[in-house]
Amino acid sequence: MEGRAIRLQDLHKSFGGTTAVAGVDLEIRDGEFFSMLGPSGSGKTTVLRLVAGFETPDRGRIELAGQEVTGLAPFERDVHTVFQDYALFPHMTVEQNVAYGLKVRRVPKAERLVRARKALAEVRLEGYGQRRPAQLSGGQRQRVALARALVGRPRVLLLDEPLGALDLKLREQMQVELKAIQREVGITFVFVTHDQEEALTMSDRIAVFDRGRIAQVSTPAEIYERPATAFVASFVGTSNLLDGETAHRIVGAPGTYNIRPEKIRVLKESAEADEPEHTTAGGTVADVVYLGDATRFLVDLDGGGRLTALQQNLETSSEDVAAYRGTRVRLQWHRRHAVPLPS
Amino acid sequence: MTTDVTTAAGRGTVRRLAGSLHRRPRLRLALLLTAPLLWLTVLYLGSLAVLFVSAFWTTDSFTSQVVKVWSTDNFHELLTTPVFRQVVLRSVGVALAVTVLCALIAFPVAFYTARVARPRWRPLLVVAILTPLWASYLVKVYAWRLILSEGGLADWALAPFGLSGPGFGLAATVLTLTYLWLPYMILPIHTALEQLPDNLLDASADLGARAGRTFRSVVLPMVLPSVAAGSVFTFSLSLGDYITVQIVGGKTQLVGNLVYSNIELNLPMAAALGLVPVLVIVLYLLAIRRTGALNSL
Repeated sequence: MEGRAIRLQDLHKSFGGTTAVAGVDLEIRDGEFFSMLGPSGSGKTTVLRLVAGFETPDRGRIELAGQEVTGLAPFERDVHTVFQDYALFPHMTVEQNVAYGLKVRRVPKAERLVRARKALAEVRLEGYGQRRPAQLSGGQRQRVALARALVGRPRVLLLDEPLGALDLKLREQMQVELKAIQREVGITFVFVTHDQEEALTMSDRIAVFDRGRIAQVSTPAEIYERPATAFVASFVGTSNLLDGETAHRIVGAPGTYNIRPEKIRVLKESAEADEPEHTTAGGTVADVVYLGDATRFLVDLDGGGRLTALQQNLETSSEDVAAYRGTRVRLQWHRRHAVPLPS
Repeated sequence: MTTDVTTAAGRGTVRRLAGSLHRRPRLRLALLLTAPLLWLTVLYLGSLAVLFVSAFWTTDSFTSQVVKVWSTDNFHELLTTPVFRQVVLRSVGVALAVTVLCALIAFPVAFYTARVARPRWRPLLVVAILTPLWASYLVKVYAWRLILSEGGLADWALAPFGLSGPGFGLAATVLTLTYLWLPYMILPIHTALEQLPDNLLDASADLGARAGRTFRSVVLPMVLPSVAAGSVFTFSLSLGDYITVQIVGGKTQLVGNLVYSNIELNLPMAAALGLVPVLVIVLYLLAIRRTGALNSL
């Protein structure tokens, strides 16, 4: 049976006059890779700090594994944190850093060393134990921080934008490694990020934060394909909204609709356009952006509105797509890809 | 064009000069360092050298004239006379006591000014700690003389407990010197505590450490180099002092007093005595260097 690692009820927190968290309810399952996604200032990091115990909520309740921990100090909670800037102790060696949590919990020295070395091996840093944090690269420090947080085998691991300071290549590599480590150790990961791609590739489920509240909690595919609000649609992926008069005319019913650019086909005006279950709209190509593997078309619809369409460059080349600029086209998408949003 | 020809030419010369300096980093360095190096070698190291050399001269005991003949008599006397040895040990003891007291008092004060007080008040508190340094040294020492004198403030405050003040003597000297040099200890500790990243404390708590453990394992080791840096000031300033002890020390004698009293009658002996604190401080600095404190000065 799957247990519940974290349960948040009606969490509120403000700093001075600024509301950081305004009513968050959330359940995170055991062993889940859960991401909290949102722009800076959306409250995701504050929620993480509330769970860790660095802040106390103004209102609400926090449960870890069924036990209420709302008022408990950080050292009384079975969670460990990987900090954004790693927060490694500069005066200790890598090994002492990793073993610190065990030392504090009075694990005997011999066992401490064995477990610290094992944790360093898990993050592929064998042989670095005697170095100081200052002698490591950013990616290595990040892995030391991970080993330090994992070595005590907490029930939940909190990660506060841990990949934010790394360059792109390293970040992509660490994404794969983090996911692999999480699968290996089976600990619940709560991962805070503002990078939608990172959240989509790594997570089992995602909570999207918007101004101190959760806008949507769901699987990556669901969040991407069926965004619950216009904010989610625009924050996760490129939003492509049809609304007002245009929406009524093209979709056939009033409301706001979001269509992902890659779901839209760009056809020549002369093409046979009638397919069942599909919606068609005519327009003029305003701009063409060549992206290498794909091409982005900005199309001004007849009678107002603009849509972006993304086409894989299966057969077309850069010269071919440039010729599209200013020409008339037909846009076509399957009806179910026009996702209605609450207005 | 209306450009003034002479200014343009002058600017050209400056430009050429700047350019040629830019291409000659060694010349640039030489120009920059000559004056301060002259000051350091001639005035500072030079006078130390004179001190060192004159310590090996002697004095004619009848005329009190300096006899410029090489001899190690002064050092022999210094090492064999019990009074001298006692005074040297006492001086080092006073310097150490002052340093320890300063560290013990400075730590909580700095902890308050750097981490407990509201950030808005912190600069003001630092200024408050510094203000005694703006007052004259003598004024402060005479103030302590008044406090510690018979029937003075110390006696009056301690009387309800059936105690009396320490009076003039060794304890009064240590107390007054501690007061004088305390800001030099508070400041480096304050800076270190202020620069201590919050998230290191969070990380320690997160890994299961209570406040006491975090203090011992994270705060203290990271601030210790600054305590050592502060101690360089308190130790050397105390070791070289001879005025405070004259005013509040009663009959207590420190190395400085011996130098002072010998300077007229037996200059070479005074020089030999003067080398003692120099030597002690060099040893102290060597010891401190091993803690890495000098890197954070």
